[in-house]
Order: sequence, then structure tokens, then C-alpha cells
Amino acid sequence: MLDGLGDRMERLGRSAAAGMAEFGLGAVLLAQVMFWIVAGPRRAQPVRLEATFERCMEVGIMAVPIITLMSVTIGMMLAIQGIYSLRIFGAEEQVVLGVGMSVVREFGPLITGILVAGRTGSSLAARIGTMRISQEIDALSVMGINPVRFIVAPALIAMVVMVPILTFWSSIVMLTGAGWYISLDLGMSAGAYIDRLTEVVRVGDVMHGLGKSTLFGVLITLVGVINGAMVSGSAEGVGKMTTRSVVLSICAIIVTDMIFAFLATRS
Amino acid sequence: MTHAAAETSSRYRPSAADLATASPMIEIRDLVTHYGKREILHGINIEVRQGEIMVIMGGSGSGKSTLLNALLGLLRPTSGSIRILGQDLNAITDIERTKLRQKMGVAFQGGALFSSLNVLENIMLPLKEHTRLDRNTMRIMARMKMQVVSLAGFENLMPAELSGGMIKRAALARAIVMDPRILFCDEPSAGLDPVVSSAIDDLILTLREAMDMSIVVVTHELESAFKIADRICVLDKGHILTIGTVDEVRHSPNEHIQNLLNRRAEPEILDPDEYLRWLTAVNQ
Ligand SMILES: Nc1ncnc2c1ncn2[C@@H]1O[C@H](COP(=O)(O)OP(=O)(O)OP(=O)(O)O)[C@@H](O)[C@H]1O
Ligand SMILES: [Mg+2]
Repeated sequence: MLDGLGDRMERLGRSAAAGMAEFGLGAVLLAQVMFWIVAGPRRAQPVRLEATFERCMEVGIMAVPIITLMSVTIGMMLAIQGIYSLRIFGAEEQVVLGVGMSVVREFGPLITGILVAGRTGSSLAARIGTMRISQEIDALSVMGINPVRFIVAPALIAMVVMVPILTFWSSIVMLTGAGWYISLDLGMSAGAYIDRLTEVVRVGDVMHGLGKSTLFGVLITLVGVINGAMVSGSAEGVGKMTTRSVVLSICAIIVTDMIFAFLATRS
Repeated sequence: MTHAAAETSSRYRPSAADLATASPMIEIRDLVTHYGKREILHGINIEVRQGEIMVIMGGSGSGKSTLLNALLGLLRPTSGSIRILGQDLNAITDIERTKLRQKMGVAFQGGALFSSLNVLENIMLPLKEHTRLDRNTMRIMARMKMQVVSLAGFENLMPAELSGGMIKRAALARAIVMDPRILFCDEPSAGLDPVVSSAIDDLILTLREAMDMSIVVVTHELESAFKIADRICVLDKGHILTIGTVDEVRHSPNEHIQNLLNRRAEPEILDPDEYLRWLTAVNQ
């Protein structure tokens, strides 16, 4: 009985230690990417612009359709729910305040983050995992091509650039979707809706959302890369680590978001 | 076998005396490596000289890949030293190691071609990363290597569209595109039909002749080993059984080696008590 408990405690301890080790790995990886961005050109081994551009297309442009679709839907959902709740107090005119704030500060970054984690984070983990088991990563190393510079840096740069842009786009589309429903339901004109929005949403709120989404981009990349790099053995390992990377990065995003919300509403 | 011997004799082969005076390209001293707590290689000593083809042989699990990984700097040894072109692989700076690696070419067992690049781009990649040549020059150089491995005309295929033999040849082309001083090949002819396999052996001999490379080949295939090797190193359970010329190895009195050469399974000698304990053990 106690034996089993000790065993379980030990396993828990070990997985906690492994978790911390992964955290450390993320920090090291981030530092290495920074190093290559700064020192790469001086060593005649710059981070390739071409590859970075390609990643940007893949992370950003290709994600626009799905993000647009989801954002319109969620914008309308927020408006419907907002009007329904506020009607209890006869305050449905205030729906713009609720929708505006929550979209720009929370829903835009969160939905974009989750979609990017599902699309790009998973494909990053799968790509790196596959490259590991096919010895492509080893091949890079022995060719004197640093894998962090060659693969991770372009991916990270692309995420840091594109996720905030996608978030901005997502927020605008959500607000449009919400505005469309509000004008239908409450008969508010487009002009009045926009006027009201610019009144309640400050630049600070927008920056809060965009700053947060940059962090999400970094988290998704690091989680994807680390899980991909931990793949060992066979193709089955790739599938397992890909799933793990999506679950972990979505968890990381939501927890970070909660911490941000807490801190930001304090100050 | 006699046929193969007649064929090889027509090729250039440095004499033992020549090799003995040639400068050492790889020096492995007392190499010990671990995976976790398990010791895999137990004190390996090998020297490979300029222009020499060294074949590493051994049964499955004997540590061939482990040795190769250590030589490539992918696995840090626990103790001992590996000097390549006079530089200690594990004591030099990153920058020096990158420079050194440009003088080494590696053809991995599975090819390890980048699946997102076509054949030509794969072969051009080391040039693109390490030289300042313009694109056309790089393309011409890569095409010349493709010619060497008889892959001309397949530039635009993706790795997924290649056959097993073509993948190995493309990997070889990529390994030699920087004109390395040392070439490493992991199982270059495993799983290929005899004709293609023999063509790859010829290719390795041609590379040595044309560029005076030192070549380290890991292989299972006896015939291929006898055809290309200047010296053969036989590994067993992380120890070196012997290093010697093809004839020395072929006529070695060592029982393990003869078993390996005659494809005889090693008789398993087991202590009855230990066997019983293993059989009835609960864990694992
Ligand atoms: N990544 C690893 N982690 C732990 N142990 C390993 C690892 N790779 C190999 N080993 C162990 O090291 C020993 C030597 O393996 P190695 O791959 O070097 O053999 P090999 O001679 O290349 O065999 P094969 O001809 O089958 O490829 C084996 O006992 C194996 O179990
Ligand atoms: Mg092996």
C-alpha cells in the first residue's frame, strides 16, 4: 500500500522535474534563437530571409480563411449573448461596451492563438519530429548547419510577426460580425456603432491584446519545437508528440491569458 | 568471390606501405561512450589515413552506428578523444567545428534528404549555406556531382519520388558536393539489389581515386566490404575484435570473426541459473 504511494509520489516528482526541464529547454531555445538572429550575420550564417518569408506565408496568409470564418461566428455569438443578458436590465445599448472590450482584449488573441496552435504548432511539431526520425536534423548538424538557426529561428520570427497581425484581423472581423448582428437586432446604424466602439475601446486595450498574442506566438513555437525534438523512434512517436504539443500549447495560452487578465485588471 | 577479387584488382589501391606513411585523418583513442548508464563502446582505438577506405563491420547491436555518431560529433563520448584532421572534435569551439564539418561529408543510411527540397536543392544546400558562390555556379557544381552518381536528369524530383537506390546516390552526391577530405557512409548498399549495390561500391572507389578522400564505410555486406576496403575493423559488443587488411580479416583464426564471415549465429552460452532467473523474472 505505502509502497504504491511512494511509487506514485516518485513518479509525480519525476514528471514535475521533467516539466521544469522542459521549461528550461524553452528558455534555452529562445536564447539560442536570439543568438542566431544577432550573431548569425557576423558568422556569415544569417537566418534565411527566404525561409522566414515562406514561414510567414504559411503561418499567416494561409490561416486567414479559417480565422475569418471563426471570427465572424464568434463576433455574432458575443452580440447575441450580450444583448440577451443585458436585456434583463434593459441595458442592451451597452452591448457595444461588452463586445468591444472582450473582443479586443480576450477573444481576438485567444481564438487566434488556439487556431494557430492547432494549425501551425502541430505542423511544426510534426515536421521536426519527422526530421528527427529520418535523421534530417543529424544531417543538418553534420553539414555545419545549425538546426536552431535553420528551422526554429524562421518559424519563431514568422510567429512573432504574423500572430499579432492575425489577431488584429480577427478582432476587426469579430467586431464586424457583432456590429452586423447588433444593427439587425437593435437597429443601430453602422456609424453609431463605430462611434460607440471608438469611445469605449482605447488604444491600450488593443495593445494589450496584441502584446499578449505575441507571447502566444512564442509559446506555440517553443512548445511545438520542443515536442517535435522529443520524438524518438517511429512515426507513432510523431503522432503522439504532435497531439501533446497542441494540448500543451492551448493550455499554455489559456493559463497565460488568465494571468494577463488578472494582472491587467489589477493595475 | 573470385570474380569480385579479379574486378577489384584492376582498380587503383594504395599499398600498405603507402598508407602507413600517409598522414592520419581520423585518430580515435580509448573511446568510451554511454547511452544513459549503459556503456556501449569500451575503449576503441582506430586510425584512418589519407586516401584509405576503412570498413567498419559487426553484428547487429555491436555499436557501429554509435561509433559513427561519435565520429560525427552527434554523440559526446564519456572519455577518450577523437581527432579529425588533427583537431579534437570535442575540444574545439562551435565555429571551428562548423569549419571542420565542411571538410566532412556524410551519407546517412536512410539518405536523410530534406523532404521539402527537390534533389538539386538538396545537393546545393551545403554550397548555399557555406559559400558565396552565385546561384548558377552552385547549380553547375551540384549538377556535376549528380553526374558523378549517375543521377543526371532527376534534378527536379522530390525525395519522395525517388527509389531507394536513387536516394542513396543523391545522399552521396550531397555528401561530396563540398569536396570533403573525409567521407562517411552508413550502410551505403543495404537493401539494394546487387547491381545497384555494386555500382555504389564502384562509386566509392572512384571517389577515392579521383579526390584522394579518406572514406569510412559502415556495412553489413561482406562482399561489398571485401571489394572496397583497404582495412576492415570488426566490432563486437563494443570491442574491436580486429583491424586488418581484407586478407588478414578473411583468414583470421578468431572464432567470432569466422562466425561473422560465414554468417553463423553465435552460440549463446548461458549459465543455467541465470537463465532460470531471467525466465522467471517479474519485471521486464
Ligand atoms: N538511442 C539509444 N539509446 C539507448 N541505447 C541505444 C541507442 N542507440 C543504440 N543503443 C544501444 O547501443 C547498442 C549499439 O547500438 P548500435 O545502433 O550502435 O548498433 P549497430 O552496430 O549500429 O547495429 P545495427 O547493425 O543493427 O544498426 C545497442 O545495444 C543498442 O541497444
Ligand atoms: Mg546501426
